[in-house]
Amino acid sequence: MENKLAIDAKGRIPKTEGANLLFNVISYTVVIVAAILCLLPFEILISGSFTDEKAIALHGYGIIPSKFSLEAYHVLFKFPDSIIRAYGVSIFITVVGTAIGLFITSMTAYVMNRKDFKYRNKLAFFFYFTTLFNGGILSTYIFFVKYLQLKNDLTSLILPLLINVFYLIVMRTFISSIPDSISESAKIDGAGDFTIFMKLILPLTKPGLATIGLFYALDYWNDWYNAMLYITDVNKYPLQYLLFSTLQSAEAISRISKMASVAQISVPTLSLKLAMAVIATGPIILVYPSVQKYFVKGLTVGAIKG
Amino acid sequence: MTKHGFFYEIRKNRTLFLMALPAILLVFLISYIPMAGIILAFKDYRFDLGVFGSHWNGFENFKYFFNSGTGLRVTRNTILYNLMNLITSQLFAVMIAIFINEMRGKYFKKVTQSIIFLPFFISWTIVGVFVYNIFNYETGTLNSVLKSLHMDPVNLYSSPSVWIWIICFFNSWKWVGYTSVIYIASILSIDAECFEAAEIDGANVFQKIFYITIPSISPTIFIMFLLNIGRILRGDFQMFYQIIGNNGQLFDKTDVIDTFVFRSLLTSGDIAMPAAATFYQSVLCFVIIMVVNGVIRKTRPDNALF
Repeated sequence: MENKLAIDAKGRIPKTEGANLLFNVISYTVVIVAAILCLLPFEILISGSFTDEKAIALHGYGIIPSKFSLEAYHVLFKFPDSIIRAYGVSIFITVVGTAIGLFITSMTAYVMNRKDFKYRNKLAFFFYFTTLFNGGILSTYIFFVKYLQLKNDLTSLILPLLINVFYLIVMRTFISSIPDSISESAKIDGAGDFTIFMKLILPLTKPGLATIGLFYALDYWNDWYNAMLYITDVNKYPLQYLLFSTLQSAEAISRISKMASVAQISVPTLSLKLAMAVIATGPIILVYPSVQKYFVKGLTVGAIKG
Repeated sequence: MTKHGFFYEIRKNRTLFLMALPAILLVFLISYIPMAGIILAFKDYRFDLGVFGSHWNGFENFKYFFNSGTGLRVTRNTILYNLMNLITSQLFAVMIAIFINEMRGKYFKKVTQSIIFLPFFISWTIVGVFVYNIFNYETGTLNSVLKSLHMDPVNLYSSPSVWIWIICFFNSWKWVGYTSVIYIASILSIDAECFEAAEIDGANVFQKIFYITIPSISPTIFIMFLLNIGRILRGDFQMFYQIIGNNGQLFDKTDVIDTFVFRSLLTSGDIAMPAAATFYQSVLCFVIIMVVNGVIRKTRPDNALF
């Protein structure tokens, strides 16, 4: 290989440039195609939600609306109660779950990182083991429903996602980049462990807190699975599950439509589903540009250290 | 373990113990207690008698699970899908990471990376909507495009074998942005002098990639593979359930252990077979992870999981 490189350096520089050009063509093409493929489903979704019902039935979902219509959004906003309630549930579990999860995770990560805490490795294994072995959904379900009586209780949506061992490990990596001497000198000055954590460590791990907090928030916001297991009361559906169940059953659509169609309008079921999907995705798309950089930063730190 | 015992430690680090306590209790409650439920696999479960009150029935559940043909089918599908997903998503992620890293236009780089990262933020419910929008027989975008090209529409929901490609595609779609960030981080940590030296020797971009970049990030690729091999028997339940749903026609080719367990639990209320399946899955997972960890410890001791 060295030989080949030497020859290139002697006089065949144009060949190198040719290869570089070829590479640029390939890489830009692949990345552009990938980016288009990533956006296309959103495009089809949004386009479908703005398409006239009859046009969908006739021509199917297209990349651009074959006949523009706002009907689906009209119907949704005519009877917004179930959506507003679902938004409420989603926001509630996201805020409460993220706040508690973040607090407990960072606090535990700090303890696990303290060199003078003798059982820190045992503690790490105690947490790590749960990712290797678990009882499965069956026994968890029975335990939650029969023994904890959490059916139709919002606690059942918060508890299962409250502590994530992977995030705990990432947080520990973050905290390990803070010099131990900070804790030690604060201790000599007479500060308690909890005070050290709250006053000194937390402010220093802001990027870590942001990353983990976003992970938790995303998990709660996108959760439909726990709702499917534990929630049967329509008034307690989180947004994603409301969407899922609406898509699953024509019954839910007709329920909305019956309440909405006081004036006997025909209900656009096909585009209505898509409009609901757009409304459920909306907030994430809106906050996405501003939070994305934290994710990239957080993941980068985690990857280099881990 | 010298002169100071457990109680001495507790007294000395009282605050640290208290700080870790919420997480310990939580994980104990959510993960460890349900582990007791694995005995369900050996029981003839009755809801009124409870987990411990039900009668033992030895290996009956396992016999039933495998003799019905379900056991082998879901095991085969689970392993096949996870292997395919693992290979395709890592391959694409490495490719995208290398391409994006080589790009010069700062703005273009940022925008495309953000777009490719976007699907990571979307819930599987929405992905389920996408899949249905694109592939359903009557109104799907695929068929409307085919029709406009005067071709016959295709009904993918009656051809189970194409779903492995659809699932692979959406799995990569969702994860490539996230995974490529990890690879980009690992590429950025390569010593820049290597690239500079190669450039002076006249290496073109392909040579730099094949002789420097890929060998340098191969430890990361290796670890990503090993981490995921450990989970090869745990399908991504949310993905399968949202994409396939309760589509009976496709089960032969798409049913994985997790969807089988979930469906049996939710629709038929049958406890015996899913309990056996869960136990079988957990034990196999545990064995695989132990083997994988053993391999890592032999080859790259620094990266061992525990």
